[in-house]
Amino acid sequence: MSSVVTSQRLPARPRTHRWRPGLGPLGTTAAVTILAAVALAVLGPALTSADPNTSDFAKAYGAPEAGHPLGYDGQGRDLLARLLTGAGTSLLGPLWVVALSMTAGTVVAVTAAWVGGRLDSVVSAALNVVFAFPGVLLAMLVAAVFGAGLGAAVLALAVAYVPYIARLLRSAALAERRKPYIRALEVQGAGAWAICLRHLVPNILPLIAAQATLFFGYAMVDLAIISFFGLGVQPPDADWGVMVASGQSGVLQGFPAESLMAGGCIVVLVVAFNVLGERLCGPARPGVRSSPRRWRFRFGAAS
Amino acid sequence: MTEAILQVEGLRKVFGAAVAVEDVSFSLAPGGSLAIVGESGSGKTTVANMIVGLERPTAGRVVACGRDRSRPPRSARERRERGHEVQIVFQDPYSSLDPRQSPAAAVDEVLRLHTRLGAPQRRRRVEELAELVGLDKRQLAALPSRLSGGQRQRVAIARALAAEPQVLILDESVAALDVSIQAQVLNVLADVREHTGVAYLFISHDLAVVRQVSDEVVVMQGGSIVERGPTSRVLDEPEHPYTRLLRASVPTLGWRPARRLTHFSTEAR
Amino acid sequence: MNALLTVTGLTVRLPLDGEPRKVLSDVSLGIGHGEAVGLVGESGSGKSMTARSIARLLPQGAQVEGEIGYAGTDVRALRGQGLRDFRSKVSMVFQDPRAHINPVRTIGDFLTEALRVNRRVSRRVADGQAVRALEEVGVADSRRRLRQFPHELSGGLLQRVMIASALLTEPRLLLADEPTTALDVTTQAEVMAILDELRRERGLALLFITHDLELAAAVCDRTMVMYAGRIMESRASALLHERPLHPYTAALTAARPSVLRRVHRLTTVPGRPVSAFEAPGGCPFAGRCAHVEDRCRERRPDLRPLAGGEVACVRAEELHQEPAVTRD
Repeated sequence: MSSVVTSQRLPARPRTHRWRPGLGPLGTTAAVTILAAVALAVLGPALTSADPNTSDFAKAYGAPEAGHPLGYDGQGRDLLARLLTGAGTSLLGPLWVVALSMTAGTVVAVTAAWVGGRLDSVVSAALNVVFAFPGVLLAMLVAAVFGAGLGAAVLALAVAYVPYIARLLRSAALAERRKPYIRALEVQGAGAWAICLRHLVPNILPLIAAQATLFFGYAMVDLAIISFFGLGVQPPDADWGVMVASGQSGVLQGFPAESLMAGGCIVVLVVAFNVLGERLCGPARPGVRSSPRRWRFRFGAAS
Repeated sequence: MTEAILQVEGLRKVFGAAVAVEDVSFSLAPGGSLAIVGESGSGKTTVANMIVGLERPTAGRVVACGRDRSRPPRSARERRERGHEVQIVFQDPYSSLDPRQSPAAAVDEVLRLHTRLGAPQRRRRVEELAELVGLDKRQLAALPSRLSGGQRQRVAIARALAAEPQVLILDESVAALDVSIQAQVLNVLADVREHTGVAYLFISHDLAVVRQVSDEVVVMQGGSIVERGPTSRVLDEPEHPYTRLLRASVPTLGWRPARRLTHFSTEAR
Repeated sequence: MNALLTVTGLTVRLPLDGEPRKVLSDVSLGIGHGEAVGLVGESGSGKSMTARSIARLLPQGAQVEGEIGYAGTDVRALRGQGLRDFRSKVSMVFQDPRAHINPVRTIGDFLTEALRVNRRVSRRVADGQAVRALEEVGVADSRRRLRQFPHELSGGLLQRVMIASALLTEPRLLLADEPTTALDVTTQAEVMAILDELRRERGLALLFITHDLELAAAVCDRTMVMYAGRIMESRASALLHERPLHPYTAALTAARPSVLRRVHRLTTVPGRPVSAFEAPGGCPFAGRCAHVEDRCRERRPDLRPLAGGEVACVRAEELHQEPAVTRD
């Protein structure tokens, strides 16, 4: 008769984690809020007949009236029209930041994880150096040197985000790379590109999506800060960050509507993106921290 | 003996200061079945990884189908050719398949890599391979999360066979399976060898499984081979003290497990 | 033999995918003083859940029916001090010792914590007891071991530490849940030897859980075979192994390759093992059984006495008359 019926090392059967977003009521509210904001940004100009850039100084800080439900800002421009057009830039900026930084971050992470060895060490060291610079400061520095504007701010912010994204995705990519199904494909003779594009990246895509959502929120706050300091979107273009800044004088004179409404929009959307991002991260993946928390509080408070 | 399909000479692997594999040589005849037996830390899995090219040997030679594969391949073509020569099935059935890919797609991907078959021919080939390892149509189309451990290991075997390798390495491939499933997979492996003439390099710690599937065996301890020979001879009349100890550790009825106090000091890390 | 532990009609449901699913179905068993009982089954058979139910270690949200009695007390009703006393008399050893030892505390801290906290024993006395316990499980140089951390010890050594810690409270019953599955075969033999010796020397009762029928048969007086959350057969180990009463036991024995000889083809069981909540009505093994008849599917066979053991199969008598179902 014989012995050990199965293994010496039974790999623990992984709990059946089917990919269920499982947003819950809070997550669903967040998703609906974001969708509504996108819809408003797209439909914005059609929803009001007022022009966001037409000043009527007689109506400065004017109260709401027919056709102008939110009233006027310090230069007598229609607030609703400015908020709606501002939604466009305020969402488009972060979208670019996220698209650029996620693409770059994924490429860096997957390359480092795949090649490993010396390249991995060099990349990790380089990322740590970039880490040392707070994203917003880097972006403001770039904007100050190369000229203010949304483009420069977006590019600088995207660069500043790459280390955070790359570090997180690298550990996920490394874990995936060590799995037998990837190694089996290597033994088959499949090329590194094919394996990464067809297998490795798609399998860390849920994580990438969740991170993109979280970073969208951060990018929104950071771009607002940059615009607030006059280095991002340039007046008279409408942007929520710009509106918070230009509403300052109104706050002192007892007309806080512009700053409050623009700031409120930012807060609501950033919270919505945070909630949705956390929900998408799903059950916490061991060893992968979902977000750089400290960093979020540091800058999140600014809005 | 005919020309060996796989030949390993003086294989050595060093990780940092630790010697994982030291002077390992063996050869495998076409259609043969050789088992490497050993416990954790014996270096048996490192040997397998060096043969398939997942680890680079510190010294020594690996020759499969007459071609040296001790160094990384120089071209994509050479890489694919090596895939034709030696394939491997790993231990863990839960991570050996891409969770997003059905078995049919996984096997098809390998066929596209290695052959110039058209879609209908590939589909027919996928069905043939599925039949060989005992998977039905429904299982072929299901995602891995819907399959049991035994079914996943069959898929892994089918995927490996799709490259029509001359040698299939089975690295503890049945160790994590339930007894009733393990028997099914062992029978599948016997059928496959009979039908395709593939040679097996069977890596295992389980002497009963080794007896069932292998003709010859090498016993490894601490990175080196301590005994080799025909499986029946080595298991029935082990010569090396370590092989004897392994054999005596297999529980049987009326088995009195023995304490060996001398062993304790060597076991501590 | 008057029983140390009795389990009667134990049914357990666990929440899976938000629904209570049955994992144990009407399990009854008894363990006598100093008796070694093997509990054998494949994955999902409920063997670990049985041990966890006895040790009161079921996960949150478990629904339990049935009775568990230990030396005349109702285990399910125990609270507070009573439960702590029970746990010192019934110890558990797990498959993966590394997951059950705090990696940043020393072996000494781990072994003496319960003594120092619960029994208010001084550090020096507790260390002395820990050293003796380690020596008893064959750990040489035990004073030095107390100062080491878990990562400095091999799996086999760590499992011995777990057993030593289980012994420190002087238990009457040891629940061992696959204690050797993660170990190499030679180390397994040593750990089994230690368990076997301790049991004989101390008159310790043992519930030994394993997937390995031969290992259970080799070290246990009696072996129970579980399938789909039910006990299918319970019998003296030698008898169970040589002439199984239940077709499932016979199938398990036949499916396992032998180290002594090669067979042309292994006898296989079609399908895969199922959990209690997946099992069909009637006999849970009916779908995979070679001897199935219509009546097998009609109602669940109860465990009933036969040939010095117990079996849950309606055809057990007739099959038992036929030539031995095993392959040897």
